[in-house]
Amino acid sequence: MTEAGADLLIVDDNRVNRLLLARSVELLGYRASMAENGRAAMDMLRERRFDLMLLDIEMPEMDGFEVLEAIKLAPALQDLPVIVTSSVEGVDNIVRCIDLGADDYLPKPVNPVLLKARLSSSLEKKRLRDEQATLLKRFATNEVVQDLQKTGFRLGGRRVHATILFCDIRGFTAISERQSPEDTIELLNIYYTLMFEAIDHHSGIVTLMIGDGLMVLFGAPKPLENPAASAVAAAQDMLAIVEQFNLEQAAAAKPEIRLGIGIATGEVVAGFAGTKQRATYTCIGDKVNLASRLEQHTKRVSRPILIDDATRAAVGPEHPCESLGAVDFDGFSRSVAVFAVGSQ
Amino acid sequence: MTQAPIDLRVYDDLRQAAGADFVGELVTTFLDEAPGMIAELRRALQAGDPDGFRRAAHSLKSNANVFGAHALAAPARDLELTAGAQATPQVLALLDRVDAEFSRAAAALEGLHHD
Repeated sequence: MTEAGADLLIVDDNRVNRLLLARSVELLGYRASMAENGRAAMDMLRERRFDLMLLDIEMPEMDGFEVLEAIKLAPALQDLPVIVTSSVEGVDNIVRCIDLGADDYLPKPVNPVLLKARLSSSLEKKRLRDEQATLLKRFATNEVVQDLQKTGFRLGGRRVHATILFCDIRGFTAISERQSPEDTIELLNIYYTLMFEAIDHHSGIVTLMIGDGLMVLFGAPKPLENPAASAVAAAQDMLAIVEQFNLEQAAAAKPEIRLGIGIATGEVVAGFAGTKQRATYTCIGDKVNLASRLEQHTKRVSRPILIDDATRAAVGPEHPCESLGAVDFDGFSRSVAVFAVGSQ
Repeated sequence: MTQAPIDLRVYDDLRQAAGADFVGELVTTFLDEAPGMIAELRRALQAGDPDGFRRAAHSLKSNANVFGAHALAAPARDLELTAGAQATPQVLALLDRVDAEFSRAAAALEGLHHD
C-alpha cells in the first residue's frame, strides 16, 4: 500500500465538516470514505480495511470516545491510526482521547498544512509498524508477535506458570553420518514441519532450535488453561506423527527416526533475553533444566516421553503414567520423581 | 465597534486550500444546515435535552469557524459551555445573538459567494 493511495475514513456528524475534511484529504491524494456517526464508522471498519481514521468526538448515537473504546477492544483494529479532529472544549477531553489510544489531535477548523503533516507522519508510522510485523512473523510465532505489539519490546521477563518440553531425535548424529548433508537437511526440515504442526495445534511456542533439538514453551506469553495437559497432548501427537512418517521412510528405504521428549511444569521466568539489537523470547528456571534432563534420560530408560511430578499431577488420570521412581540428575540437589507416559 | 461577520483572511485561506467552487458548495451546505442547528438549540432547550443542546451549539460553532464567522461562533461557543440547557435570561440573550449573527454571516457569505 503506497501512502498516497491510502484509504481514510472520515467520521463526523456534521455535513460541512465531513465534506471539507474529505475534500482536504482528497486534495492530498488520499481516498476518503465518510461516516456520520460512531456506529456507522464501526460498521464500515468491520466491513473493510482502512489505513487511517479521522474521528470527531461530539456525535450522536456513538461519540468519538466510545469509538476509541470499541477499537481498543477489537484485535483486528489495534493497528488503525486514529487522528481526532474536533473543536471539543477542554484540554482534559484531548488528554482523554490520547489516553484512549488516539495517535494525534487536530483542532477544528483543521489547518490544511498541519493536516498534511500529521497524516503523512501517522501513515508512515503505520507503514513501518506493518513492515516490522511482517518481518517479525518470519522469526517469531504469532503469540510472540502479538505480545510484542501489545506490550512493546523490552528486555526482561515475568514469572509465569508454564510447562517446558524438550524434544530431540534419538541417535541423530549416527543418522546424519550415514547420509549426505543435503538429505540430512531435508530430513530436519520435514521433522521441524511435522513437530511445529503438533506444537502449534496445542498452542506451544518454540523458543529454541538447535540441530535436531527443540525447546517448547506452553503457557507463555499467552496463558493456557492447563499448560501441562497441552504439552503432554502435543508430545503424544508428535510421537503419532513420527510413527506415520517412519512408515513412509521405511517404504522409501530411508532411515526412521525416534524421539525423546522430556516435560516439566512449574514457575519459570519468560520474556525477551539478549540485547536491544538481538533478542529472543525464552524462559529460564530450574524447570527448564529439569525438562532437558528428562529428555536426556529417555535414552537410558528407553521410554519416549518422560514427565515430572508436577506435570503428572496436572494432566490427571486420563493420561495413565508409569512411575519410574526417583532419579538423581546433575545440577539437582534432590532426587526427582520421574514418570513415563504411554504413546496414547 | 461591531465585529465583521466574516473574517476574510480565514475565508480566503479556505478558498485557496479547497478551491472556490468547492467552497461555494460548502457555503450552500452550511446555509442549508445551520437553520436546522439553531432550531435544534431551541427544541433541546424546551425539551430539557442538554446533550442535544450542547451538540447543536458545538456544530454551529465549529461550522462558523470554518468560514471565519467568528462573531457567530462566539455566542455558539458560550451556549456550548452552558451547562444544563436552562432557559435563563443569559441563554435566551445568547440565542438571540446567534439568530442575529447568523443572518449577518449568511448575508456576507452569499455576497462573497457571488463575487
